[in-house]
Amino acid sequence: MSRYDWLLFLHVLAAFAAVGSVVVFTPVVLAARRGGGAAAGALRLTPLARRLWDVGGAGTLVLGVWLAVDVDQYDLLDGWVLSALVLWAVAAFAGVRLGQVLQGGDDAARANLLYAVTAAAVAALLVVMIFKPGA
Amino acid sequence: MLAIVRADSVNFPLFVHVAGSMLLVGTLIAAVAALVLARSDGGGLQRLSFRTMLWGAIPTFIVMRGGAEWVKSEEHAPDDATWIGIGYGVSDLGLLLLIVATVLAGLTLRRANRGGRPGALAGVSAAIVSLMLLGYGIAIWAMTTKPD
Repeated sequence: MSRYDWLLFLHVLAAFAAVGSVVVFTPVVLAARRGGGAAAGALRLTPLARRLWDVGGAGTLVLGVWLAVDVDQYDLLDGWVLSALVLWAVAAFAGVRLGQVLQGGDDAARANLLYAVTAAAVAALLVVMIFKPGA
Repeated sequence: MLAIVRADSVNFPLFVHVAGSMLLVGTLIAAVAALVLARSDGGGLQRLSFRTMLWGAIPTFIVMRGGAEWVKSEEHAPDDATWIGIGYGVSDLGLLLLIVATVLAGLTLRRANRGGRPGALAGVSAAIVSLMLLGYGIAIWAMTTKPD
């Protein structure tokens, strides 16, 4: 396997972890919205979602930048790379705050908003990564 | 280097395939985590695990597989390529295992609703889903590196 193969595989694997985190957050946010005894069980998934977010977020950024620097056809200043970096920053901020809010067990309305921002930013990132507009 | 030079017509089918795959893996992670945690929690997480597989993993599997067929038809990829063989193998076996794991999770939930303990069924279901996640990890490797 070439270095490009390794970088791409690990970058995509990290992206799976990030999306997996958003999926695991989904029942947690829904449960937090409902409250009550059922919410307590689902809230126990929060640490897993947070760790997936940490690994996926860090992995996609580090390996993605490495790929952009390593591959001749890509440049860090390409429009699609810059837009991906902005989307990543939005997703990272919202995702980390979402985990903190859910772990703290307060403000379900804020968790809903942070979840929506995280999910939308991650979906937009996937669109940018696949379509590479302007590349 | 296929990802760098692929045709525009492949992009949307690839988006469907990748999005479906990512959501499928995410639902499986949620399901297995809920199954494991349900040992000390009871019915709530067992219900979550069963519903995640039934209403999350099975539909996203269909999206993933449909997207894969669409990409393959647009790319005109050869049937005998190793990476396509790995993808189909993991996908076909994965569907069978997903159905078995979902049925076992459903039986575990029914047992819990009747006041029983999860027993071995939940453990077997969790083991099957973990095996599926390992398989999908191999499939991700094959799809990204495309070994001949």
